[in-house]
Formats: sequence, structure tokens, C-alpha cells
Amino acid sequence: MSRLADALWRLAPFACVVALWYGVKWSGIFSPGLLPAPHEVAIALFERLRYNNFLIDIWLSVQRVLLGLLFGMICAVPVGFLIGWNRRLRRFVDPLINFFRALPPIALIPLVIVYLGIGEIAKVAILFYAAFFAAVIVMYEGMSQISPIYIKVSRTLGATDFEIFTKVIVPLTLPHVLTAARVALGVAWATLVASELVAAQNGIGAVIQNASAFFNLPVIYAGIITIGFFALLMDTLLRAASRRLLSWQDSVEH
Amino acid sequence: MAGTDAKVAFRNVSKSYGAIEVVHDVSFELNEGDFVSLVGPSGCGKTTMMNMLAGFTQPTGGAVLLEGEPVAGPGPDRGVIFQEYGVFPWLTVENNIRFGLNLAVRRDIKKDEKSAIVEKYLALMRLQEFRNAWPKNLSGGMRQRLALARAYAANPHFLLMDEPFGALDAQTRADMHDLLLGIMQAERKTALLITHSVDEAIYLSNRVLVISARPSRIVDDVHIPFPFPRTRDLLDDKEFIALRRRMRDLVMKQYADQLALR
Repeated sequence: MSRLADALWRLAPFACVVALWYGVKWSGIFSPGLLPAPHEVAIALFERLRYNNFLIDIWLSVQRVLLGLLFGMICAVPVGFLIGWNRRLRRFVDPLINFFRALPPIALIPLVIVYLGIGEIAKVAILFYAAFFAAVIVMYEGMSQISPIYIKVSRTLGATDFEIFTKVIVPLTLPHVLTAARVALGVAWATLVASELVAAQNGIGAVIQNASAFFNLPVIYAGIITIGFFALLMDTLLRAASRRLLSWQDSVEH
Repeated sequence: MAGTDAKVAFRNVSKSYGAIEVVHDVSFELNEGDFVSLVGPSGCGKTTMMNMLAGFTQPTGGAVLLEGEPVAGPGPDRGVIFQEYGVFPWLTVENNIRFGLNLAVRRDIKKDEKSAIVEKYLALMRLQEFRNAWPKNLSGGMRQRLALARAYAANPHFLLMDEPFGALDAQTRADMHDLLLGIMQAERKTALLITHSVDEAIYLSNRVLVISARPSRIVDDVHIPFPFPRTRDLLDDKEFIALRRRMRDLVMKQYADQLALR
């Protein structure tokens, strides 16, 4: 019963947004053609799924986000780790990393087209870029906050360097890896539409842009809501994983 | 200089960080089974002295000898207890105690023997009920009991404690003193304790070294005559009170000198 209540409580804010949406729609602030009603958006979403292979677009977008995130994390974890542990290296690369992170991925699209073409690689490369720089900063800032006392203690218990790495540093790094993945995931979804600007043919971003060309507002709304839904779903999964893996931490609540 | 059988010997030890000398020409020895406390003003270099014995840092002059050999680095023969506990937050109480036993240096100990050791120190430190708890759910006193259990489980020859009870309230502190005396009675270790508290130093030690303001020198080396096992009744003993008064005056003088330094 309380689980049901909890689930309802989590859905309640979305119900509020839908109610507000109807309120705005019926208030007449916007001319009817400029704001579709929630049920019109739902119908557009359903028709997309039923007749326009929207599931394939969703799958392609999810795939791109996951690949960008995966490659981004594969590079960000070791790089962030090294930078986090080496203060001199950190001072050296910190301005560079902040410079590259500050560049909006959309501004890189012309260059990406020149060097990587317009295929799948170009799209994933943009997501990789966004995910990597978001994750690497979280990683090295987290790593540099790790207290040296645990390493000191394990030395006095007789741990070798290898044991300190596997038994102390890895568990202390895990929370930062998971936080980095969550941040990178959010950034990757936020960059998705931009990445699908590259010769938009398929994917949720392409659907939104095509709909925009035809001023098909219900489909634009449906696409945006789909992105939000999958971004939230993946974040919820990562958060659940964090809760399980990091139940020892003070700050893991929610 | 006393005989060469001293377990630990500080021989004319000095330590400087850049232009600042924190330890100046300190010599003393610890014999087997000694419980020696260093008392002195904060910032006077006591921790640096312990860090040199623990192997975290090297002296810039003289030598710290461990069974006749200069200290080369940290090792499992010297258990260290820190004020900030250093309990591993990602391991349960039981696995914290087991940590040292699962390292490669202990591979000669059989598995059921390891379990028996863990059980023994869970019991001695009254932590059995909390064996599966995360450290985040433990009080400060319990965390320090856990740190002590973990250090003891690694079976060190020496126990080095850097203000181990400094963050605890008075009642928990008193409780920890008796727990420490108890475990020391059961398994004697050669111990070095760093503390601000004269009462704590006298109550736990058989020798107390009073350390001067920076740079550290030994101002006085006081033999504490009370026999072990000790109980809290000792705190009301006339001789204890007289000794405490004399040592407090001496320590207060060092504090005044340290303040003048700043």
C-alpha cells in the first residue's frame, strides 16, 4: 500500500504539469494553433509509434546516447583518475579541460562534418565529446577529495601498492564513477538533438526537426517528451544502481 | 644511552620542514611492554615524532631505530590509531576488522583462524551486535573501538596512537580508557600515545614524556609508579592527584611558550 502511495506521489508532479497545461490551453492565452492539448500530443505520439516506426528512431537515439556515454566514460575514468591523483598534471590540464568543456557541442558540428562526415560516427563523436568532458571533471574533482588517511591506514596494516589500489582506491573511486556517469548521461541527452542535426535522417532529434519544418507542433511536443522520458528512465536506473552499490555512503538518499 | 635491547630508540632525532624545525634533537627509548605518552602543546611536533616512527616521514637528523634498524616505511608491525578513526566506510564492521587479515602478508593464517581472530576482537571491543553495520551508523566511540579492533587483529608489535580519543566526549573517553587498559592487559603491546590530556597520559601510561613548544624537545621524563591493572579509583588517589598537579603545571608552561611563539 505504501509502495503504491509512493509511486503515486512520484507521478503526482507530472499530473500537475498536465493539469497546468490544460489550464493554459483552455485559458486562451495562446491561439489554439500554437499550443496542442496534452491529449493531441498523446495521439500524435501513439500514431508515430503505430505508423511511422518511431520505435526505431527511439532505439537509434538511445543507442547513440549509450555509445557516446560508454566511450566517454571509458576515457574519462582513467584520465580523470590520473589527473585527480597528480596535482601538477591537474594544474597543467585544468584550464584546457575547462576550455573544451565550455564549447557548446553544436558549435563543433561543422568541424565534425568536415573530419568525420555525416554518418553514425559523427553523431556518436559529438555525444562522446559532451559525455567525456562532463565526466572527466566530476571524476578528477572527486578523486582529489579522497582522504589520504585510508591509504595510510592500509599501509600500516601491511597492504602492498597493488592491494591499496584494488581494495582501497577502487571502492573509493566507484561513487565518483557513478556520479560522473549520471552527469554525463544528462549532458549526452541534452546534446542528442544537436548531434542529430548532422544530416538528420533518423532518431528522435531528426523527428523533432522534420516536424518543425512542417510546423507539426504535436509531434515536436511528443519528441521532446520522449527524450525527457528516456533521460529520466536511465537516470532512475543509474540512481537505483548507485543506491545498491553505495549503501555505505552517507549521502545516498532520495 | 641504555642497552641495545630497546624496542624503539629515537637517537638525536631532528625534523625540519623547510626553514621550520619542528623536532629538535630528541632522544628516548621504548622498552618491550612500555606504554609511553607524549604530552605537550598542539602544534609542537608530537605528531611528527609519531609519523617518523610509523614510517610516514623520515627524520632530517639523527635516526629512529626499530629493534636496532632505522625505520624504512610503514609496516604491519606498527598499528596506528588516528584521531579521525580512518575506519573504511565501504566495509562493514566485521570486514573492517578482517581487512588486514585478508592481505597478502597474512596468507599463512588459515581461514577459520582468521574468523576466530575477527570474533575475538568483535567481542573484546563489544561490537558483535554491529558486525554487519556500516561505519556511517556508528558513534565516534564505536568507530574508535572498531579502529582499535582492526589494528589489534593485524597483531602488531607496537601500537601508535595519535590523539585517539580527542574527538570523543568525556564519558566515551573514560570508557575507551578502560577498554584500552583491558585489551592491553589481555595482550600487551609496546605503545606510544600522543595526547593533550595529562589525566589520560598518567592514567594509561607507565611513562610520560613532556614535550616543549616547537621545536619539540623532551622537557621531562616522568615514571608513573601505579601498578596495572588500573581502575578509575586511581583518579582519586592522593599520589595520582599530586602527580597530576605537578605535570599540569609543567605542561601549562609549555603551552604558554607555544603561545608566545605565534
